[in-house]
Amino acid sequence: MATDRALADEIVGTIRAWVDRDVIPNVAEFEHADEFPQAMFDQMCEFGLFGSTIAPEYGGLGLDVTTYARIIEELSRGFMSLAGILNTHKIGATMIGRFGTDEQKKRFLPRMVDGSFRAAFSLSEPDAGSDTGALRCKAERDGDEWVLNGTKMWVTNGVRASLVMLMARTPDGRITCFLVEKEPGEAFEGISVSKKIEKLGYKGLETVEMAYVDHKVPHANVLGGDEGIGHGQQYALSALELGRINIASRAVGVAQAAFEAAMRYAQQRETFGRPIYDHQAIQFKLAEMATKLQAARLMTYDAAERADAGERVDMEAGMAKLFASEAAFEIATEALRIHGGNGYTTEFPVERYFRDTPLMIIGEGTSEIQKLVIARKLRDRYPVD
Amino acid sequence: MNVVVCVKQIPDPADPGALDPETRTLKRDVKLILDESDSYGVEMGLQLVDAAGEGEVRLVSMAPNNEVSGLRTALAMGAESAVLVSDEALAGSDALSTAKVLAAAIARCEPDLVLAATESSDGYTGTVPVQVAELMDLPSVTFGKEITVEGGTATVKRQTEAGYDEVECPLPCVVSVTAGVVEPRYPSFKGIMAAKNKPVEELDLAGLGIDPTTVGWAGARQEITEIAEAPAREAGEVIVDEGDAHERILAFLDDLKVL
Ligand SMILES: Cc1cc2nc3c(=O)[nH]c(=O)nc-3n(C[C@H](O)[C@H](O)[C@H](O)COP(=O)(O)OP(=O)(O)OC[C@H]3O[C@@H](n4cnc5c(N)ncnc54)[C@H](O)[C@@H]3O)c2cc1C
Ligand SMILES: Cc1cc2nc3c(=O)[nH]c(=O)nc-3n(C[C@H](O)[C@H](O)[C@H](O)COP(=O)(O)OP(=O)(O)OC[C@H]3O[C@@H](n4cnc5c(N)ncnc54)[C@H](O)[C@@H]3O)c2cc1C
Repeated sequence: MATDRALADEIVGTIRAWVDRDVIPNVAEFEHADEFPQAMFDQMCEFGLFGSTIAPEYGGLGLDVTTYARIIEELSRGFMSLAGILNTHKIGATMIGRFGTDEQKKRFLPRMVDGSFRAAFSLSEPDAGSDTGALRCKAERDGDEWVLNGTKMWVTNGVRASLVMLMARTPDGRITCFLVEKEPGEAFEGISVSKKIEKLGYKGLETVEMAYVDHKVPHANVLGGDEGIGHGQQYALSALELGRINIASRAVGVAQAAFEAAMRYAQQRETFGRPIYDHQAIQFKLAEMATKLQAARLMTYDAAERADAGERVDMEAGMAKLFASEAAFEIATEALRIHGGNGYTTEFPVERYFRDTPLMIIGEGTSEIQKLVIARKLRDRYPVD
Repeated sequence: MNVVVCVKQIPDPADPGALDPETRTLKRDVKLILDESDSYGVEMGLQLVDAAGEGEVRLVSMAPNNEVSGLRTALAMGAESAVLVSDEALAGSDALSTAKVLAAAIARCEPDLVLAATESSDGYTGTVPVQVAELMDLPSVTFGKEITVEGGTATVKRQTEAGYDEVECPLPCVVSVTAGVVEPRYPSFKGIMAAKNKPVEELDLAGLGIDPTTVGWAGARQEITEIAEAPAREAGEVIVDEGDAHERILAFLDDLKVL
């Protein structure tokens, strides 16, 4: 159901005020130290962000796609990693809400609203990224249990999560999604964190490699029950379809921050006796940045609104993700240039935007993969008989 | 414990609007928001009710055009209900008239404790809370920075220039609290949603039994005789360190009498 507009404005306004007051002044400290922003996370729990899209019957708020996208945009304007702490959880909750059995919804969703029990999403492997169908992690049936073996790569929030949405290959040769419950930490039963990945940006939250050695999960934890066997890839890709709107929103948020930083700097910094904003070359940069930002935002909202209206948005979400992520990277790069030497220092936030924006181009489907998705849909929509 | 918090709704300071040259008062036809000064009182009230383990926070506000936006913010933080007094005859009310109205509205709530801010952000006469106390015949403590309540007595740490005084005061009483002494909570999303359905009792002068000729323009005993533009901020002085910068900064602060 669509969220009441005035209510959405109030919620987004509350997040905006918090980001301005408590996030932006503190972000550099956590980001440069690559330290988990505990106080910010606690406040996110207090707001109720982790349950924001979970249905009210399970204790969530049931916010619509557009409102959630606006929240992600605000968070990312302050610190993109905050959106990352939330995102895998939201994907997990969406998958359970859409494809879980009634029993699974009742068992998991109420625990997922307050942020104490969070989800990670584990599809990628060392040799399966864009090519998700190539994954090799194995699941074998043993009575009422499944035995998991394999290595998963790029598990964001993998250490702190209590639940991993794990895609593994079942004996039918197809991919099935398992609800892997674990205790937060580096190791639990047959699961261990085999590597912590050092990243260019996206700091403060962990992205890890996880190894499964004879790890057992009950049959009751096959997402979707018996009918879910073999449908894991489809479930994952369907959740990622909405995920793309969120990645686009992150891109818009970071781009907004980069653009504002550039506007500020351009009007303050003087060269040759006048603010650099008065040089037409700089004006043109900012005019282009503002235009791309506006287009990225409108495409993102449009995809979100269509999703809320119940339309399939695989193409629009892909377009928004493609355009917004590329625009954000360009805007961040231009903002860095406008800052001259200062842009290259850790004293100014633009270096962070420059390091954070490439992730949106790669994560949840690279730009090349988005183009493949868009092109496939284009042919469906424009058939020649 | 039942706490009433006085909550003034004011034009957004980020977009403060203008003074009306006719009436020489602030134009208040824009959307009004919760005065940030009052968010501290709301937070303190919520903490006191939490500590007491029972009771609730009620809000009392006087504002034009049945404005509730600011009240909704405080309700989203956790206050249970609100009383709003709005009446066209209240236009032109001076501080004493405001206090009369608030006192009448507060009395209906039969509170154990009344909280207000030391001064509002827009009018900042800092006179309303003590006037309310006087009209209600209640003891009042000003500049409160910490309040504890036990066995019918409020103990208030009262900010002074040198530090603080500790004052004891029987309940019910009125305490005005200073800004920045507690960290006002952000409303949770659930709180924001719940606030939509919390009761706001809207009253006019008749409902409060106040004679309209004693308030508003008719009853004002204060008169604003002149208004003037605030002078533009002067350019600051840049002190370039030539070895004596610290001395010049000290002299500057000394001039301001902040040392
Ligand atoms: C910081 C970070 C966090 C991540 N978090 C998660 C997570 O929580 N869970 C998860 O499951 N995954 C996660 N990922 C993985 C991410 O989704 C993949 O990295 C991404 O999908 C790309 O896969 P890959 O790295 O294997 O690149 P590859 O698939 O090897 O691609 C390499 C290059 O080839 C291009 N390419 C590939 N195939 C084609 C084609 N058919 N046509 C044209 N070009 C092509 C790609 O666009 C890219 O430029 C994360 C990644 C990063 C960097
Ligand atoms: C002649 C004259 C005409 C005026 N006409 C108008 C007018 O038409 N409309 C108008 O809005 N103002 C008008 N004012 C201004 C108005 O009188 C003051 O803003 C008001 O009395 C409160 O004073 P203050 O803001 O200085 O409060 P302070 O004493 O600085 O406030 C301290 C605290 O008291 C509480 N408090 C104060 N006012 C209220 C309130 N209204 N509701 C709830 N709590 C409150 C709050 O907790 C506040 O932080 C007029 C003033 C004068 C002198």
